[in-house]
Amino acid sequence: MTAALLELEGLYGGYGPVQVLHGIELSVEPGHVAVVLGANGAGKTTTLRAISGLISTTGDIRFDGASIAGKGPELVSKLGIAHVPQGRGTFSELTVEDNLRIGAINRRDNGIERDLRRWYEVFPRLGDRSKQEAGSMSGGEQQMLAIARAMMSRPRLLLLDEPSLGLAPLVTRELFARLGDLNREDGLSILVVEQNANLALDIGHWGYVLETGHIAVQGPATQLHDDEAVRKAYLGF
Amino acid sequence: MQLFIEQVLNGIGNGVVYGSVALALVLVFRTTGVLNFAQGEMALFSTYISWKLTTTGMPVVGAIAISMAIAFIAGAATERTLIRPMEGRSPLNVVIITLGLFLGLNSLAQLIFGVDPQQMPTPFPEGSVSFIGDARIQKETIGLIVVLLLECLALWFLLNRTTLGLKLRAVAGNPDSARLHGIRAGSMLMLGWGMSAAIGALAGSLVAAERTGFDSSLMQTILVYALASAALGGFASIWGAVIAGLVVGIADALTIQYVDALDGIEVVLPLALILVVLVVMPNGLFGKRTVERV
Amino acid sequence: MSEKSGAALEPMIGVAPEDVAVVPTGGEPSLWPVVPRPVLGVRIVIGVVLAAAALYAPFYFQPEMNRVLSQAVYLAIAAMGLNLLTGFNGQVSIGHGAFFGVGAFTSAILMIDYGWTFEPTILVSAVLTGVFGLLVGLPALRVRGLYLALVTLGLAVLFPRVAQKFVEGTGGVALLRPSRSEFSSLIDGLDDDQWAYLLSLAIMVVLFLLAWNLVRGRVGRAMIAVRDQEIAASTVGVNLAGTKVATFAISAAYAGVAGSLSVMIDRIADGTNPILYFQRSIEFLVAMVIGGAATILGPAVGALLLVMLRRNTENLIEGKEVLSPAIYGGALIAIVFVLPEGVVGGVRRLLARLGRRSVAAAAAARPPVVADPPPTTSPDDSH
Repeated sequence: MTAALLELEGLYGGYGPVQVLHGIELSVEPGHVAVVLGANGAGKTTTLRAISGLISTTGDIRFDGASIAGKGPELVSKLGIAHVPQGRGTFSELTVEDNLRIGAINRRDNGIERDLRRWYEVFPRLGDRSKQEAGSMSGGEQQMLAIARAMMSRPRLLLLDEPSLGLAPLVTRELFARLGDLNREDGLSILVVEQNANLALDIGHWGYVLETGHIAVQGPATQLHDDEAVRKAYLGF
Repeated sequence: MQLFIEQVLNGIGNGVVYGSVALALVLVFRTTGVLNFAQGEMALFSTYISWKLTTTGMPVVGAIAISMAIAFIAGAATERTLIRPMEGRSPLNVVIITLGLFLGLNSLAQLIFGVDPQQMPTPFPEGSVSFIGDARIQKETIGLIVVLLLECLALWFLLNRTTLGLKLRAVAGNPDSARLHGIRAGSMLMLGWGMSAAIGALAGSLVAAERTGFDSSLMQTILVYALASAALGGFASIWGAVIAGLVVGIADALTIQYVDALDGIEVVLPLALILVVLVVMPNGLFGKRTVERV
Repeated sequence: MSEKSGAALEPMIGVAPEDVAVVPTGGEPSLWPVVPRPVLGVRIVIGVVLAAAALYAPFYFQPEMNRVLSQAVYLAIAAMGLNLLTGFNGQVSIGHGAFFGVGAFTSAILMIDYGWTFEPTILVSAVLTGVFGLLVGLPALRVRGLYLALVTLGLAVLFPRVAQKFVEGTGGVALLRPSRSEFSSLIDGLDDDQWAYLLSLAIMVVLFLLAWNLVRGRVGRAMIAVRDQEIAASTVGVNLAGTKVATFAISAAYAGVAGSLSVMIDRIADGTNPILYFQRSIEFLVAMVIGGAATILGPAVGALLLVMLRRNTENLIEGKEVLSPAIYGGALIAIVFVLPEGVVGGVRRLLARLGRRSVAAAAAARPPVVADPPPTTSPDDSH
C-alpha cells in the first residue's frame, strides 16, 4: 500500500487562546486531488496554515512519511509543498515575471527559463503582461499567477486556499480546468480548500467536510457531490 | 550669473549630502516598511567611530570601511532586537523606538566621544576644479557625487539584477507570501537595516570630512532635509531620493541667496516644497499610487 | 507589516462599536490594542483616590516638587491634545511642539510687551493655536500618515527659527522671561507654586472632561470612524474633512494651552534651542503611548510617568547629565516592549483578569478579540 503523500493526525492548533483545529485527521494520496469543504470559520484556512508551519500545533503532520510538524514555512516550502494563500499572495509592486522568479527562488537547476516559458504558454495572459506590475492585474489573472508562481518551485504538493474567492464563475471554471490538467498531466497532488464545492469536487478524488475544527464527513469526491443529504447539510446546494 | 552658478554648485554640494542620507532612509523604508527617525544619529555614531579610528593613525578610507562594517552589524542587530519584536503591533510603537534611539544614540555619542568639535580627515584631494566660466567646484563635492552615484548603481544592481535583491523586494512587498516561498524574511529585514546603516555611516563620515569640525549636532538639521528629500521623492525609489536631495539642496541654496525674507528660516523651504508637492501629488514626485482597497 | 509598503503608518481596522476604544474585526492588527474596561465601581474608586491625591499633593510637597508635578499637568494637557488627533482620529503628528511653542510665546509676549496679566493670555493662546491648527489641518487633508508625520516634524523644526527671526527678548535672543511677580497667586493663603499647580490642574480637569465628552458623543464617533475606515465613514455621512480639520484645531489648542501654562510654571519661553520643540513633540507622543493611546486617563498617566522618569534619570549618574537622555530613551524603548498598550491598557488588563465578571459583561457587548492576530495576507482569517 502506497503511503499517503501528506497525513494529518490528531491535529490541534489555532491562534493563541483561540483554538480552531480540534483533532484533524486527513490525508492526501500521491497524484490525488483532496478537497476540503466547510463553512466560514470551520478551520479550512487554519488547516493549510498548520501544514505550512505558520501556526503552532500539536499532533502530527507527515509529508512523504517524515514529520514536518513544528517546521517553519521556509523549510516546508523547500521540502516540496507550495502554498497559495487566500488572497493569492501576489507581490503587487513587482512585475509578473519577477513574481514567477520568486517562485523559483530556491532552485539551483537550469530549468528555470524553460519553466517560465511553459507557464507563459499555459497561462497566455501572464505572458502578455510579463513586464507589468502584478498588482495591476485582475483577480483571475492574479490567481493564475499565484498558481504558476507556486508551480515554479516544482512542488510535489500544492496547497490552495479558496482559489475561487472573488472570481467570476467563468474564470473559476477555467481555473479549475487548469488545475485538473495539472493533476492529470503532471501527477501533481493538490489539497484545495474551497467554499465553491461543486467545481472543486468535480476535479477531486477525495473530499472532506470540516465543521468547527474537525472532519464531519469524508468520502470519495463523486459520492459527496451526489449525496443529497451531505450536500444539503454541509454544502448548501 | 556667476553667483547663480556658484549657488547652484553649493546647492549640489549640500544636495548630495541630503540625497545620501535620504538614500539610507528610503532603503530601510522600502525593504522593511519602517521610517527610521534614528537614521541620522546612527550615522553620527558611526561617524564618530570613523573619526576615532583615524586618530589611531589608520588611513581614512580604511577607517570609513571598518565603520561601515560595524554599522552594518549594528543595524542588523537593531532590527532583530528592537524592531522585529514590534511586528504585528501598532506601528506607532516602532516610531517611538526609533525616536528613543534618536535620543539615546545622540547622548551616548556625547558621553563616549565628548562634546568638543572634532575634525574628520577627508579621503578626497584638496582643492577645486573650474566648472563654468569663473565658477569652481570643489574636488570634494565631485568626490561626493561620484560616491553617491556608485552607491546608487550598486544598490540598483543588487536590487534588480540579483537573486538576493529579488528576495529583498519580495519581503518588502509581501513578507508573509515571501515566507511561504521559502524566503527567510527575517534575514532580509536584517539585511535591509544593515545596508542602510552602512550607507548612513558612509554619508555621515563624508559629510563630517567636508566640514571644518563636527560635533553631536551634525546630523540633526541634515535629517530634516533628508526626510524632506525622501518624502519629495515619494519614498519610492533610490534614484528618486537622490534626485530629490539635489532638488532640495539647490532650492535651499538659491533661497538663501535670493530670498532675503526667509533669512534665518530657510528650512521653511524644504517643508513648503514637500507640502506643495504632496498636495499636488500625494505619493511624491516618483511615488506610485497605492490603491485603497475597501 | 502591511502589504503596501507605503502605508506603514496607516491605521487599518474595522468599524468602531459604541465604546471609546476600538475592536479589530479583521485579521490585521489594530492601531491601538484593546483591553476591556473594568467595572464602573472599580473605576469610581480609582477616580476618587486619584482626585484626592492630586488635590492634596501641593500642600504636602515642597515647591520644587510642585513645579515638577505642574510640568506633568501641562504635559498631560498637550498629550491629551495629541491623543485626540492621533489616538482617536488617526492623524499622526510629531509637530505639536510647535503649537506648544506658539502658546508659550503668545503668553510671554502679551505679558512682557503688552502688560497683560497671565490668566487671560491662556485663552488667547488657545484661540490662536486653534486657528493655526486649522490652517495646518487643511492642507493636512491631502497628506497621509507617513507624510503627515514628516510635515508636522518640519513644523516643530521650523518654529524656533521663526521665533528667532521675529522675537527679540533681553539680550537680543529669542528668550523671554516674564518676571516672577506676574505669576503671583490670586488666592490668599496659597503659595505661588501651589496656585500654579492648582490652576493648571483645574484647567487640565476641565479640558479632560471636555475631551471625554467629545469622544463619547457623535463627534467622537465620527473621529474614530474616520480613523478606522475613512471610506466607510464617508459613506455613512461623516464629514471627513470637517472632522479631521476640527480635530486638528482642537488638538492644537490643547497644546497651545499647555504651552501657555508652561510659561507660568517654567517662567521661560525659549526660542534659542533648535530642537527643543521637536523634543517636546516627542514627549507628547511618548506620554500618550506610554499612558495608553485612545484612552482618557492615558495622557495624564503617561505625562506623570515621563516627568518622574526624567527627574530621576537626570541625576542618576554623577556628573554625567549628558547621559540622561540616553537613559530616558532606553526607558522609553523598554516600556514599549513591556507595556504595548500603555499603562492604562496594562492596568485594565490586570483588573480584567482579577474580575472575570467584568470581562464577561464587556465581552457580551462587543465581538471577541483575537489576542495574537496571525500574520495574514487575507482580510478574514477565522477559517
